[in-house]
Amino acid sequence: MAYLDHAATTPMLDEALAAYLAAAREVGNASALHAAGRRARRRVEESRERVAAALGARPSEVIFTGGGTESDNLAVKGIFWARRSASPGRRRVVSSAVEHHAVLDAVDWLVDHEGAEVGWLPVDAAGRLAPEALRAELAAHGDGVAVVTAMWANNEVGTLQPVAALAAVAAEYGVPFHTDAIQAVGQVPVDFAASGVSALTVTGHKLGGPAGVGALLLARDVAATPLLHGGGQERDVRSGTLDTAGIVAFAVAVEAAVKGQQEYAARVAALRDDLVERVRYAVPEVVFNGDPADRLPGNAHFSFPGCEGDALLLLLDAQGIACSTGSACSAGVAQPSHVLIAMGADDDRARSSLRFTLGHTSTQADIDALVTALPAAVDRARRAAALRTPR
Amino acid sequence: MRVLAAMSGGVDSAVAAARAVAAGHDVTGVHLALARNPQTYRTGARGCCTLEDSRDARRAADVIGIPFYVWDMADRFHADVVDDFVAEYAAGRTPNPCLRCNEKIKFAAVLDRAVALGFDAVVTGHHARLGPDGLLRRSVDLAKDQSYVLAVLTRAQLDRSIFPLGDSTKAQVREEAARRGLAVADKPDSHDICFIADGDTRGFLAGRLGEAPGDVVDALTGAVVGSHTGAYAYTVGQRRGLHLDRPAPDGRPRYVLSITPKTNTVTVGPAEALEVSSVRAERPVWTAGARPAGPFGCEVQLRAHGDVVPATVELTGDTLRAELRRPVRGVAAGQAVVAYRPDPAGDVVLGSATITG
Repeated sequence: MAYLDHAATTPMLDEALAAYLAAAREVGNASALHAAGRRARRRVEESRERVAAALGARPSEVIFTGGGTESDNLAVKGIFWARRSASPGRRRVVSSAVEHHAVLDAVDWLVDHEGAEVGWLPVDAAGRLAPEALRAELAAHGDGVAVVTAMWANNEVGTLQPVAALAAVAAEYGVPFHTDAIQAVGQVPVDFAASGVSALTVTGHKLGGPAGVGALLLARDVAATPLLHGGGQERDVRSGTLDTAGIVAFAVAVEAAVKGQQEYAARVAALRDDLVERVRYAVPEVVFNGDPADRLPGNAHFSFPGCEGDALLLLLDAQGIACSTGSACSAGVAQPSHVLIAMGADDDRARSSLRFTLGHTSTQADIDALVTALPAAVDRARRAAALRTPR
Repeated sequence: MRVLAAMSGGVDSAVAAARAVAAGHDVTGVHLALARNPQTYRTGARGCCTLEDSRDARRAADVIGIPFYVWDMADRFHADVVDDFVAEYAAGRTPNPCLRCNEKIKFAAVLDRAVALGFDAVVTGHHARLGPDGLLRRSVDLAKDQSYVLAVLTRAQLDRSIFPLGDSTKAQVREEAARRGLAVADKPDSHDICFIADGDTRGFLAGRLGEAPGDVVDALTGAVVGSHTGAYAYTVGQRRGLHLDRPAPDGRPRYVLSITPKTNTVTVGPAEALEVSSVRAERPVWTAGARPAGPFGCEVQLRAHGDVVPATVELTGDTLRAELRRPVRGVAAGQAVVAYRPDPAGDVVLGSATITG
């Protein structure tokens, strides 16, 4: 099988899996007072320190969560609530049109249920945000803005955002800035303190850790109202018994991914560039999406004119090639990608897209398999798409 | 063969897909998303449009061990089936949307796409037999037989269709589903029109066509005997829900005899006035092969699960006329007349046409 969907989830690293199993064999609630509890607590706190060190944060700024979606929700809703209760006039959320649904839908929920206003920042044809647009937004609404949220790297087209520049603009206006860095950590250098952001989402299963565990890095001077109430774990911001084994494995994976980032990125980007070149040769009409240079090393995203992405996916899947249409599903029905639409693509181009993402287990053979299967798949998908025109 | 199994989320299509695998085919499962907004159809385990059905289909595909995808056919379905359904009622006819869906969606849009993508055939859970002789026959389970709604399929469509359930009763299918560990083994059958979740066809039509009050007229006396809020909501043969102002002169029940959209009139009369011994129909399809040369004797069925009557069928141009050996009540324009040849190995579908009068 050629697994080209590492941005959806990537295999666990051996050392993370070993650490998970070792920790999972031990008993002890990290909140308990006895020796077993203390041992669990120690493993959690050591993990917190490892995550903090790897990502340029202080240990007290690491809040362990149940993964990326929870961290995004906690940041967007939690900071919104805290800022609004400190000053009721602050009820505007500023975000971008290309966010993941974990952010988009959280923002929409605030609009629908909490009376929030929203300012959506546009992107250019490469999917890139402009700090000047944020400046204009904050100049117009600065006092009323509760939180700004913009992703570090786009999960569909791989474009990197000018996060430090955006965070600097938000800081000028004294507005907390959250970034969803789920796709970025381990792929590009990510330093919480140096980036100037106030909150940062990271998750385990995109970087070789387990699914269902992640963290929100939250600057000490930024308050967030909890989503989950209970035992008061994690600075009272995120109650719930700590998943000691998951946290241990997550920390091992974060540390390994960050430590190996440069070497990883060079190797994977070379494979990706080869993939792009050979796909272009095999299907000359292909359109390469996203920023050509300033992008995630493992991401290749194309539109195949005259095809439907879901037909291509089916045909490639049948040949043992796993990729993604990168679109949201409701009842499994593919919607045209909001990211491509925001980048100015029409419905047809958005629906004709496929994402191939490489990771730490990717090899040249994966790309060979894709390039071998692709021309026939494109040919068939084109014939199928031609049927859409009423006869 | 590489085959595509259309999986509704019900027990029949799940077992059909499993049997296709057992027969040695390379099977891919597909659930058709037909509702424009699946959320609005989220009413439980009925119909073919709910999220729950999509999940049931996916779960069955996982158990069977085949790839599974959802194909969005909502636009085609609305244009070819739902809009057609509304237009037919508006024209005073009584359409059969399942038949139209088979003709235009399952064995047309889906089949064409499947073939373009490299599949050889489509597998469905319809209760009908389609054997090596290529003839379409009634299911062994006459109570569940669906050959009527498949009789619109052409030779070319049938050549790329597989119906693995025709030799089994529904009870056997459910038993097999349970044996195969398919959770849908006990799922209730769907009865209603899938795009009218609450079963209120009249309300659905009123929402689409608006209210159009008019007269209910007695066929014998010509007198106005009641009023209605839309002639489209009536079906020939209907007795209930007429709300007549006064009883008929002879004191006997009244039935809908005809609907006249032009004057927005519903005409009612006694039961015997419903009797028809000659049926005219158009758009014939010769399922069994060549178009018949002259008049031929056969049995005809005039609506889904309706009675079967002996008849002589003759074709003039594209108009079919069936002379019935005994009169039948409640023949509605828009339904199909399906001609069968009685056969001990399962009655054979010869062809069909759409009733015009």
